[in-house]
Amino acid sequence: MEGALRDNTIFSSVYDFVLNHVVPDGWDGWEWAAYGIAAMSVIMLVVNSLFALTTWYTYFERRLLGRFQNRIGPNRAGPFGLLQPIADAIKLLTKEDTLPRASDRLIFNVAPVLMLATTFMIVAVIPFGEGSFLADLNIGILYISGVSSMAVIAILMAGWASANKYAMFGSMRAVAALISYEIPVVLSLLSVVILTGSMSLVDIVEGQSLPYLLVLPLAFLVFVVGISAELNRPPFDLAEAESEIIAGYHTEYSGMKFGIFQLAEFANVLLASAIITLIFLQGWRWAILPSHLWFLLKVFGTATLFIWIRATLPRLRIDQVLAFAWKFLLPLGLINVLAAAIEKLVWADPSNSELLLMATINWGVAIVAVAVFATAVNNGRHVPVHTVIAGVPPGVSSAEGVY
Amino acid sequence: MALNTQPVTINIGPHHPSTHGVFRMRVTFDGENIQDMEMVVGYLHRGTEKLAEERQYTQVITLTDRLDYVASMTNNQAFVLSCEQLLHMQVPERGMYLRVIAAELQRIASHLIGIGFFLQDLGAFATPVMYCFRERERILDLFEMLCGARVTVSYMRIGGVFADTPDDFWPAYRRLLDDLPNYIDELDRLLSTNEILLIRTKNVAILDPAQAINGSITGPVLRSTGVAWDLRKANPYDVYDRLKFDVPVGAVGDNYDRFAIRLAEIRQSLRMLQQCAIQIEPGPVRATMEMLFRPPPGEAYVPIESPKGELGFYLVSDGSIAPYRCHVRAPSYINLSLLKEMLVGWKLADMIVTFGSIDINMGEVDR
Repeated sequence: MEGALRDNTIFSSVYDFVLNHVVPDGWDGWEWAAYGIAAMSVIMLVVNSLFALTTWYTYFERRLLGRFQNRIGPNRAGPFGLLQPIADAIKLLTKEDTLPRASDRLIFNVAPVLMLATTFMIVAVIPFGEGSFLADLNIGILYISGVSSMAVIAILMAGWASANKYAMFGSMRAVAALISYEIPVVLSLLSVVILTGSMSLVDIVEGQSLPYLLVLPLAFLVFVVGISAELNRPPFDLAEAESEIIAGYHTEYSGMKFGIFQLAEFANVLLASAIITLIFLQGWRWAILPSHLWFLLKVFGTATLFIWIRATLPRLRIDQVLAFAWKFLLPLGLINVLAAAIEKLVWADPSNSELLLMATINWGVAIVAVAVFATAVNNGRHVPVHTVIAGVPPGVSSAEGVY
Repeated sequence: MALNTQPVTINIGPHHPSTHGVFRMRVTFDGENIQDMEMVVGYLHRGTEKLAEERQYTQVITLTDRLDYVASMTNNQAFVLSCEQLLHMQVPERGMYLRVIAAELQRIASHLIGIGFFLQDLGAFATPVMYCFRERERILDLFEMLCGARVTVSYMRIGGVFADTPDDFWPAYRRLLDDLPNYIDELDRLLSTNEILLIRTKNVAILDPAQAINGSITGPVLRSTGVAWDLRKANPYDVYDRLKFDVPVGAVGDNYDRFAIRLAEIRQSLRMLQQCAIQIEPGPVRATMEMLFRPPPGEAYVPIESPKGELGFYLVSDGSIAPYRCHVRAPSYINLSLLKEMLVGWKLADMIVTFGSIDINMGEVDR
């Protein structure tokens, strides 16, 4: 019995219980059964708590969005509308499950499952608090970036199998955006890995005596922007741009298959917030509350940022989205990696004061780089804002004089 | 390796979140780029013109409410002005002022809807719409005071308006005039300098003045191209000749100008409303006339500047109690005619935004 699961208290208590009380005396060699049952119970616990958390997060997002939009939000089901996610789930489960006649039946049905599977595969390496995780993978970050890009296959499958042109548009957009944004996201993670010297999320959290948000501001910026594109969140929500292509790749889905897509999307937002919390906000460290609760608070705080962006910004066009990734985020990501690598060369094992110095340098680099690239990208197409002259048409002194 | 690609034809609408009702576009795409498009209208056709010919003149006012249902007041105004020309009758001054007040409030409400849904089409998820509706609600409250209805108002009558203002109208009116400029500034600050909004709308789907005039485009869409044509100036009706206001015009004729010109027009409408509040005097609001009238045979057409453009009712009387012919010159429908010219070569996302920037209303397009 090797591996990180052994350190888990829930796992070991279930394991011991099964071995001592369930397996009859004198039966030898049944450790595998105990291991399986214990592992399953831990997995059930984690997966179901993510389910519960996600459904509650949908309520949180809708309520907060309501406040942003000068309205109340769901408040009918249960106290303060807290039972709204349950009401929605019941609605989705009892809805007719339609299947387009021209669809590719197998792929159409597999796509939502695959979408949710990638989400839950990420959960495996997320540490939820001090010493609680399913697996402390030593290639955690690599695993996350690899698994998360598998979601695009599910989206492509859904779009293709639907036999719907809107869905096809949505999935092609999603593929283009995800492939482009994967690179800057990985680059920003790379700088974190360079500084920490480890890909394990636990090590990254333990190694942050100063939050990487302060040490690597450019990495944070690139990561947050890139991850919101990967999550299909506004202003990059091209794949399901409601005003253009109805619902994008899940246009043809109804009932719980649609629900699964939604669930996976919201779960992905939570997981992205969790990753941001772990990598840039010191995870559960410096807890003034129990570490799990403290971590959860940070995650929801980060998710609020995504909701705020969603409530504020209009959507970009597909060519602008791609140009932004390649012309703006990618160079910034490279600069960031370069700066981190040089700093690692100079200070192999930085003390706190050296970290502060590093942070200062990085903030300077970030501000200069963003300013330079913003002007470079703007050049040639930036027009002054006020071209409408109230009352004074061009060439006429005053519109009153026209008549 | 050259990829073998082929164009895709999509029917956008009649049920689609961004077609502002039941509009249908048959669009051919090359990837995301628009190659060709064809408009299909008529899904909301209710035969308003024919219905009008079967009814007395006064009964037609309620039908006009249902044309451009976010600007009922101006529809009423266009119809009653044509009727009054047919009858050669004078309207009391207070009645004319109340009509202008109602029409300008309606213009603000309609432009707020236009701006809100334009931004909704841009992808700003519901937030601008909700804020625009907040202000529109205040205006609809005023309409409720004036005539008891909020949307299908039927406020104007041949010879004036339905009734004089109730006592609580003027304090509420002044409060609204105090608040609205701040609301509009708030919208302006939130939106007009937003980087995403700028790159999405600047220099997109440009309409040039000659094209616009050839296509009979009117209203904010025409003025955004730089043509200062406003019927309130060119052919003043009611009391517009007594009010001081400017005609905002655009410089480029792109989506941004079409959006910004509506904000500018709201500000001008507020100026007019301020002046009306000062100039209006007590008096009768409606000319006295018999219940069932028969206009002398003849024809009448009074074009007015509705929020969408030139709106007019062409009425022909044969001396009976009902119009012999009633034709609606609907700006929404005619403004759409150049959509294809504006859009070919642009992308799917631009199409939705441009369609939103023209600000049409299907009730008026299909009639």
